[in-house]
Amino acid sequence: MIEVIEVADIPLWAAILTSLLLLLGSGLTLIGAVGLLRLGSFYERVHAPTLGTTLGIGSVLIASMLFFSVLQTRPVLHELLIAAFMVVTTPITLTLLARAALYRDRREGNEEVPARRG
Amino acid sequence: MSAELLGWSIFISQIFLGLAMVLAAVRVLWGPRAQDRVLALDTVYVIAATLLLTFGIRTGGTLYFEAALVIALLGFVGTAALAKFLMRGEVIE
Repeated sequence: MIEVIEVADIPLWAAILTSLLLLLGSGLTLIGAVGLLRLGSFYERVHAPTLGTTLGIGSVLIASMLFFSVLQTRPVLHELLIAAFMVVTTPITLTLLARAALYRDRREGNEEVPARRG
Repeated sequence: MSAELLGWSIFISQIFLGLAMVLAAVRVLWGPRAQDRVLALDTVYVIAATLLLTFGIRTGGTLYFEAALVIALLGFVGTAALAKFLMRGEVIE
């Protein structure tokens, strides 16, 4: 069962802050997705979705934390779990993926590979 | 007043997130190579977790938070396994 709490009695300042954070987060995620679609090569595209994985989901998590803390009149901090998880895992996965792409491109002798360092 | 404001902003941000998910899904279908598809699939996972959090704010329940946590976990495992597969050609050696 999902318990439904009335949102009508939340104060106005909390509603405004939550709305701003939600719009910021979803807007940044949308910009990241547009970048994923429009940028030219894979090595440019790998930068775009990080907009959504850092500040995008981060602002939505802060909005959720603020909303539930005000609604239940006690600090609700379990959203920090997702935030910490995102901060730890995103660099790992994208580094693995970029390394795999680099390996595949170099093995095939692709032209658009970034230059080898050192 | 505040419930109305919150309802509209949640509605708009859900539309933004749905649009972002569609764009990432287009990149999954379009490719052109396997690493692009994996990257776009990872983006879809993150957007799905964000969307579930907005659903949680809309309904005021805590069930959606757990679903978002599970999706974030599965996204990490799936992307790491796929990246390893692209690198070596097999997942478990």
